[in-house]
Amino acid sequence: MRRITVTIVAAAALAAATLGLSPSSASAHEGPALEKQSWSWQGFFGGYDPAALKRGFQVYREVCSNCHSLRLLYYRNLSDPGGPGFSVEEVKKIAAEKEVRDGPNDAGDMFTRFARPSDHFAKPFANDNAARTANNGALPPDLSLIIKARNGGPDYVYNLLMGYKEAPPKMVINPGMQYNTVFPGNQIGMPPPVSEGIVTYADGTKATQEQVAKDIVSFLNWAAEPELVARHTLGLKVLGFLFVLTILFYALKIQIWKRVH
Amino acid sequence: MSAPANQNKIIKWVDDRLPIFTLMQHSAIEYPTPRNLNYWWNFGSLAGFMLVVMILSGIFLAMSYTAHVDYAFDSVERIMRDVNYGWLLRYLHMNGASMFFLTVLIHIFRGMYYGSFKAPREVLWWLGILLYLAMMATAFMGYVLPWGQMSFWGATVITNLFSAIPVVGSSIVTWLWGGFSVGNPTLNRFFAFHYLLPFVIFAIMFLHVWALHTVKSNNPLGIDVKGPQDTIPFHPYYTIKDLYGIGLFLMVYLFFVFYYPNLFGEPDNYIPANPMVTPPHIVPEWYFLPFYAILRAVPNKLLGVVMMFSAIIVLFFLPWLDTSRVRSARFRPIYKQFFWIFLADCIVLGVVGANPPEGIYVLMGQIATFWYFFHFLVLLPVLGKVEKTRPLPDSISTPVIKKSMEKA
Repeated sequence: MRRITVTIVAAAALAAATLGLSPSSASAHEGPALEKQSWSWQGFFGGYDPAALKRGFQVYREVCSNCHSLRLLYYRNLSDPGGPGFSVEEVKKIAAEKEVRDGPNDAGDMFTRFARPSDHFAKPFANDNAARTANNGALPPDLSLIIKARNGGPDYVYNLLMGYKEAPPKMVINPGMQYNTVFPGNQIGMPPPVSEGIVTYADGTKATQEQVAKDIVSFLNWAAEPELVARHTLGLKVLGFLFVLTILFYALKIQIWKRVH
Repeated sequence: MSAPANQNKIIKWVDDRLPIFTLMQHSAIEYPTPRNLNYWWNFGSLAGFMLVVMILSGIFLAMSYTAHVDYAFDSVERIMRDVNYGWLLRYLHMNGASMFFLTVLIHIFRGMYYGSFKAPREVLWWLGILLYLAMMATAFMGYVLPWGQMSFWGATVITNLFSAIPVVGSSIVTWLWGGFSVGNPTLNRFFAFHYLLPFVIFAIMFLHVWALHTVKSNNPLGIDVKGPQDTIPFHPYYTIKDLYGIGLFLMVYLFFVFYYPNLFGEPDNYIPANPMVTPPHIVPEWYFLPFYAILRAVPNKLLGVVMMFSAIIVLFFLPWLDTSRVRSARFRPIYKQFFWIFLADCIVLGVVGANPPEGIYVLMGQIATFWYFFHFLVLLPVLGKVEKTRPLPDSISTPVIKKSMEKA
């Protein structure tokens, strides 16, 4: 028994060392400390709140989508299980608000048509150069994976959205730039995107700055990890099954090894 | 060579012509295994298990992956979003790489602690180092395939190491790239090698097991098997013990897969590769960090590369560098302490590798690099000569039987 204890302790120590080594944790302490928020999708049972995702989508549609693409998503994803839970009919309506280029048709011409659920989210700009020209030279990044592509994930994006403050007196802010507490270099090209009442929520929730920021981060987390709910649900079943199986293996091991001890 | 106990006529007919059942009987069922192996001996079978997991998940990923600079990133995201259980396959493969290295590293350190590399197991040890090298090559090329920022810049940094070779260095790098920078030809050949090498690893693993079954397993006492009273058949004793180990291990592995799938990864790799933008810190995967630290400990590029490769090559000479005739650290009180110091040294190297080479990390990296080579090249040869070892037990069965008598 002592040996097993030692083994487990050593394994735990090794695991801890490995975690300490992982580059993400090593580089996470660069930059200012992020104010950690509690998110509904954390933990074993964590999942998305469809109402928050719907509100977040509304913020994306009315605010972010003017500059930021969401190129990896299809409109059909909005009705996927584990997502914002729009109905198929609603998704059709949402898609049809945008026009996309299609073709060539039988005559060989390109044409525009209303988007369908099977289309990717329409992009705000034709290409990166057009996006830069419209945005003072800055390129608004695609948001499909933004949560997974930043150290700190949802907390980073939340803190960035809330991080527009008065610049320190000595700091020179370049023309067209904003001071931001968490953005690398503290100067960001994006004007403050969330503010009180920037949207009027369809479900009547009060659109405080915190609320808007939380909702858009929730939506973007879903956009980056649409499989999360399926992953957590399956994980519980798999780990539960393995727990029982391993106990059976252990009992069998004890039973079989009785013959030699 | 007795035929399997199951004398089914068809089995016998086949076995008379190709003794595959006899082989299995000998190497997976009867194989006489020391009766005193502890749980650290589980990690060999765990590594083999992980190789199978990696090959299987990898084959299915390859069915949906596109090896082209314009499509690679998006094809991986398509696997994550649109392929049935594609996210599971990819996270199994991604985290599986870390788990594979974890099991193999524990397996290697176990071999160092109990002296499993010493005569007559030198070739077994060599094959193990070859496996480790092939794994590192495979992992490096696999990390390039998603074509994110770290993929691209990691590939650029590592392939550029060859430019340190005098005179022909830059020509070799161009040849490796198939162009004048990491690009589509690089990605294609990396994919081809990433698919090929696991089968090479599988073949070396077969040789590794063959060598093992020829010289037989070492054991925690590090003394030779004296007779049948020291061994038990592999089946059922170690098959069930390995299964129990796999159960425990799977819980750890799948915990990461289902709940922290990106813990071992770098956020930057979720940004598509962009040759015009260099990430602020280029960090390799955690299992390369100690070597990365050694590379950066030396201010001279060529020397750094030589040191990094030497850090692995030195392992091939370990059976002769360690001059002690006693295998197991249990009976080597001083070596035992230096073993743990060496392990700590490797972890320090890892921490240094994860951090930018500034301030205290530079000095830490240099001291830890010095200690790494000092351990192998000076400490072990001298220690074997001067260390006063504790008396070895007469046989494996004596202490085992004694222990169970005490229990009773």
